[in-house]
Amino acid sequence: MTSKEKEAVQIQHSPKTENEILVHAKNIKKYFPIKGGILKRTIGHLKAVDDISFQIYKGETLGIVGESGSGKSTLGRVLLRLLDPTDGKIVFNGIDISNMGNRGIRPHRKDMQIIFQDPFASLNSKMSVEELIEEPLLIQQNLPKEERKRKVTDMLEKVGLRASDRLKYPHEFSGGQRQRISIARALIMEPKFVICDEPVSALDVSIQSQVLNLMKDLQDDFDLTYLFIAHDLSVIKHISDRVAVMYLGRFAELASKETIYKKPLHPYTQALLSAIPIIDVDDTKKEREKIILKGDLPNPADPPSGCAFRTRCPHAHDRCAIDRPVLQEVEKDHFVACHLYT
Amino acid sequence: MQTNEQQPIEADSYTVVKGERHRSPLQISFRRFFKNKLAVLGLIILLFVALVAIFAPFFAEHSPTKTDMLKIEQSPSKEHILGTDSSGRDNFSRLVYGSRISLTIGLAAMLFTVVIGVVLGSLSGFYGGIVDGIIMRATDIMLALPFIVLALTVMSIVENITISIFVTIIALTTWPTLTRIIRGSFLTLREQEFIQGARAVGASDFRIIRKHFLPNAVGPIIVNATLLMATMIIIESALSFIGMGIPQPTPTWGNMITEAQNIRILRSHPEAWIPPGLSILITVLAINFIGDGLRDAFDPKK
Repeated sequence: MTSKEKEAVQIQHSPKTENEILVHAKNIKKYFPIKGGILKRTIGHLKAVDDISFQIYKGETLGIVGESGSGKSTLGRVLLRLLDPTDGKIVFNGIDISNMGNRGIRPHRKDMQIIFQDPFASLNSKMSVEELIEEPLLIQQNLPKEERKRKVTDMLEKVGLRASDRLKYPHEFSGGQRQRISIARALIMEPKFVICDEPVSALDVSIQSQVLNLMKDLQDDFDLTYLFIAHDLSVIKHISDRVAVMYLGRFAELASKETIYKKPLHPYTQALLSAIPIIDVDDTKKEREKIILKGDLPNPADPPSGCAFRTRCPHAHDRCAIDRPVLQEVEKDHFVACHLYT
Repeated sequence: MQTNEQQPIEADSYTVVKGERHRSPLQISFRRFFKNKLAVLGLIILLFVALVAIFAPFFAEHSPTKTDMLKIEQSPSKEHILGTDSSGRDNFSRLVYGSRISLTIGLAAMLFTVVIGVVLGSLSGFYGGIVDGIIMRATDIMLALPFIVLALTVMSIVENITISIFVTIIALTTWPTLTRIIRGSFLTLREQEFIQGARAVGASDFRIIRKHFLPNAVGPIIVNATLLMATMIIIESALSFIGMGIPQPTPTWGNMITEAQNIRILRSHPEAWIPPGLSILITVLAINFIGDGLRDAFDPKK
């Protein structure tokens, strides 16, 4: 498919109808209480996720980038209801799962899975590979033993491991191989939606691309929708269709990958992108202007008033300290939360 | 032609190569344990004591409880190799049968404590919050009570102390330490990603505890259970020695040493009290060696 054809397809799909939306998050908030004093009373809230709304379309990969502490992982866990949202609504595949109890949500778990960051902490070291991969099947489906074993061996081969590896234990594998086991475990129930919580950031760079390509191939094979969390902009560029930039619990910008990387609007996105090193062999192009941000991420327990980014923003003006910018569609499918564009 | 379609998996990739064995972390720990000479020695001694206890009638020809007032406090002879006690009972028979009591009480009280500790510790560490608060305050209260006073009170109220009552009393007073240890290991495991992963696939609370928490806490549980068994044996001996344990005529190592409270026996009949004392010492030492060996074997840093 040429890029023009691809564009045409995208334009056709452009106005997304209700049934093309797989995950619809409405005003998601996750506040962690901060306890203090002798009586352990709640003295404040850490707003890890603060009023975020977005949609994930069937078959796409939505990448989420942000610094550590920006709330990306918390957002992922809230969407899967591994953490309970403080407020807001999560509609998954047309069903509101935000208020379901543990029991009610269990049957829906086979459709949504997660791949964790640390391949050494995310696999129970006391279980063999076979036990690890078949556990979801044991819980969710009532299959005869042979059928289960067959599925496990099939899955092992799909993620690039050998069927005989099923009797091994996690300590016999390298980080990349362990991540393949995690992927196999997540995909064995053929879910619709997979959250990838920095799945390659703990791996060697040489292994990263292997695992990323495997995930891309599996996305086609299994018709998967990904929410891909990362802090590595090149990884996000490689795998995402749309990209959301997160800063202190909120989205700063949300647009298609092409738009974000070619024409970033939010000053934070611009600064992030300018920090990517470019390989310029000919040395002909002009040195790109690098935007160096001042200071660190503010304390998330005590965020700045108005726009959370204003303390580090090169374009900050008076209004930024008073009004909090809302995520607005400034161009078609390009959402920015910044006063420069309103 | 559909002949090959039913062939599910290629043999060469499915079958495991011969000689290639995959050991689980538990198997690895036990292999490490058996390389520890002192621990294996302890295990051999404990097995020997256990064999003596099981086959006591083969080792001792006299009844351990039959009194004979014509033969009190006899010195060692061919018939009574360790002499007789102040009621004319054969000391050697009592020593042999005493191993039964010590091991039974050690094992039973340990198992009982482990059951209480695992259940309460799991609930406390898994659910946290109010459940944890209640259980932890209960352990605080139990730990604040002096064990000896509590045990003595119960023993003096209960008229006829049997082994099962004795085991229950010990278990009900020693569970707090193990409960805390298990709660502690659960708390460190709780934040790990594989626990979140188990939740993400929809595992029930019970399954998460049984399949994910407990196997990963098995090291500290086994180590502490073993050391607990040694403590239980000492508690039984000590209480029996002061006459508050298993009452006569049931032979226990503890109440055999009671004989040594008599200054005459202490001086002129060392064969009556040194063997049971040594038996307690060696058995407890052996169990402690095993416990230390297990601790090293389960230490993740090795």
